[in-house]
Amino acid sequence: MTDPAKIEAQVFSLDEQRAARDARFQEEVAGGGRERCGAMTAAGQACRNYAVDGGRCRVHAPSDPDTEVVPPRRAARREPGLAGGAPPARSGARPHPAISDTSGGSGAGDGRGTAAAGARRGAPRSGRDVGEGGSQGRTGQGRTGQGRTAQGGGDSARADQGDAGGGGGGPRHGSFAWADAQLLQRGYGSAIDGLELLRDAADDRFLDALRGLVGFLRRRVTGAYEIDDFGFDEDLTTHVLMPLLRPLHRHYWRVTSHGIEHVPLEGGGLLVANHAGTLPADALITRLDVFDLTGRHARELGADLVFRTPFVGELARKTGATLASGDDADRLLASGELVAVWPEGFKGLGKPWKDRYKLQRFGRGGFIATASRAQVPIIPTAIVGSEEIYPMLFDLRIVARLLGFPYFPVVPQMFALPVLGPFALLPLPSKWVIEYGDPIEPSSFGRDIAEDPMALFDLTDQVRERIQQMLHRNLMGRRSVFL
Amino acid sequence: MTEGRRVLLTGVSGQFGGLVARALEQRDDVLEIVGIDVREPPNDLRRTEFVRADLRNPLVGRVLEAAAIDTVLHLSLTSQPGAAGGRTSMKEHNVIGTMQLMAACQASSVLRRVVLKSTGAVYGSAHTDPALFREDSTPRIPPRQGFGKDAGEAEGYVRMLGRRRPDLDLAILRLANLVGPRVDSAFQSFFALPVLPTVMGFDPRLQFCHEDDAVGALVQAATGDRHGTVNVAGAGTLYLSQAIRLAGRVPVPVPLPFVSGLSAALRRSGRADVSPDQLRMLQFGRVMDTTRLREEFGFEPEYTTRAAFDDFLERRRLRGMIDRDEAVRLERELYDFLQRKGQERFLESQRAGQEGRV
Repeated sequence: MTDPAKIEAQVFSLDEQRAARDARFQEEVAGGGRERCGAMTAAGQACRNYAVDGGRCRVHAPSDPDTEVVPPRRAARREPGLAGGAPPARSGARPHPAISDTSGGSGAGDGRGTAAAGARRGAPRSGRDVGEGGSQGRTGQGRTGQGRTAQGGGDSARADQGDAGGGGGGPRHGSFAWADAQLLQRGYGSAIDGLELLRDAADDRFLDALRGLVGFLRRRVTGAYEIDDFGFDEDLTTHVLMPLLRPLHRHYWRVTSHGIEHVPLEGGGLLVANHAGTLPADALITRLDVFDLTGRHARELGADLVFRTPFVGELARKTGATLASGDDADRLLASGELVAVWPEGFKGLGKPWKDRYKLQRFGRGGFIATASRAQVPIIPTAIVGSEEIYPMLFDLRIVARLLGFPYFPVVPQMFALPVLGPFALLPLPSKWVIEYGDPIEPSSFGRDIAEDPMALFDLTDQVRERIQQMLHRNLMGRRSVFL
Repeated sequence: MTEGRRVLLTGVSGQFGGLVARALEQRDDVLEIVGIDVREPPNDLRRTEFVRADLRNPLVGRVLEAAAIDTVLHLSLTSQPGAAGGRTSMKEHNVIGTMQLMAACQASSVLRRVVLKSTGAVYGSAHTDPALFREDSTPRIPPRQGFGKDAGEAEGYVRMLGRRRPDLDLAILRLANLVGPRVDSAFQSFFALPVLPTVMGFDPRLQFCHEDDAVGALVQAATGDRHGTVNVAGAGTLYLSQAIRLAGRVPVPVPLPFVSGLSAALRRSGRADVSPDQLRMLQFGRVMDTTRLREEFGFEPEYTTRAAFDDFLERRRLRGMIDRDEAVRLERELYDFLQRKGQERFLESQRAGQEGRV
């Protein structure tokens, strides 16, 4: 499959290039024997494009531009070993005749080829939907874009000739000289150089990532994103906050989890977990773990103090957390969401080091009542490792009361403050294990358990006991706190 | 009753009252419209008769009898102390006025229906709020002052009338913040500021109701037969930060301790009439559940919160520093650029591969 005659150059979008990259393997297996264009290019070589009709390719087709249709875009995928180990050395590259032929129209200046190229370049762009923000006048934008590219196509012939005269000065393709000039004129020149440097240094994926980033920034700046009734901003959560947390999850706390098959992939469910570590890092990490493994957002229920705290409350709302009240939990479960709850609350979060991994009282059993009303399974979850991130030696109650906090912890890291400065306050890198236990199906507790306090407390204790056992089991299995 | 309604409107000279009166004039099943206000109505109303009276005036009772009014639409609760001539007179009008009006309604023998235009502010705004307020949810921290408290008390008088006269149909409509091209509201003056002060570290969820929807819901309440309390708002929510970005404005986060001072300064300078209860709104926001409106009340708002806000921006010609279309265009340009670079790179790699093999 290394026959140079198979090389094909009709790709005009990143998407196709990406597809080509991904499809390389299949193409090597499949191969293909399609007919080639019979025309000669201006440089005197055989045209390498696939024949579309009449033994001619798109560029050399004898028809007039009006009847032309968009060329088969799949063509590029026939190429084996495409961009794989391609050296990024742009400086040494000279425009290859066969290729500049298809991109800029024939240098001999037959206007037909140019028009075709222009139309082709316009087509994928007008069809593509860059911004999903429902802004008005998008169709108008598309039209002007097309007009602009058509003009670019017209200019390209001239630019090509200029290039040929100057001996192909520089790596830039002649067909884009117009747009490049525009950009330079606007003072983006250095930015372009920077982008090219970065692109050479990085992979192809750099372009994809950059495009994603720019789209995201545009959405954020213009407010073109959706939030749900609870204020959950999925765009922000999955594109900014979770990527920020992921290094903590993977490399700092090295979370391993098992039993993810117990988390339902669709429909409501109530994750019930232990809470520890002075700061609610375990809630964030569990949330991320569930998302990475199942693609579902576990919506946290938070104490009202969370929503009173500046910045924290704002972020909590935007990541989809809501107030731990029966009203909100019912509403979330009724809409089929996965809900996560830490029933120990601040009592679990702010418990002293000597009480580590001892579950505190599980609230008032409200979560059982909620699960029974919605008839969803309860998934007991044990988190090992969160206790050790901030071991709480003392609780300065007086300070806490003055500041209005539920507790004011003194952690060992504070003693390193004079030496290490603010870095001392980083959480300790303990090794985490998360276990999702067997779900307690709603059939095992009736719908009316919410009206029966005895049964409710009983079931609450069962869930608590089960999580406690899971904690002990995982604690026995771990080699050390940090490894 | 069968041939049509005789409606009495309070607050007819306000912008919103005028819109409702005009909408009622369009309807054939409304025979007579009587408007009451302390000012002359600036709107060009055709069929509406106007009575210049304060709600606390005993004249109101006589009008009810003389015109054989069977439906009272109480629209004159005001939220802006500046426009009402101070907080004291605002409260006097809102609470005592409603009390007197309900007393007159109780005495009327032909009256069938009372509709109160209330507000979502009765739920207050606090960190203990549920994500969405249902009509029957009671806020853990009720509003302690301002418009929300007034409206809560006014609703109390209307409900008391319902207890004393069980034969009357009562409808209480709790409207979200109104936005639209014609009615001035607190948010209108807020978004007219050059830079928008926000509370640092807080991003409230807002919900808007387009004025057309509000008028439609009130007309339906006046001419229909549904009763009870209902939330009126567009579907969905917007963060304040998102609304500011949609408007292309620049937010200026103000630390919480300085917020009340700044709002007092703004009030004194007359640039924005932001009352303390609205400040809490800027901190915690408020969203109402509109299921009952759609399913029981049978009214489908035409505008979502987002659409209402967009319409408000467009028709008020609020142009910000950042133009949305411009941003889309810039992105498209960059996208084109990247695409082009991607092509070049691809072609080059092909070329390199080709040369390597030949």
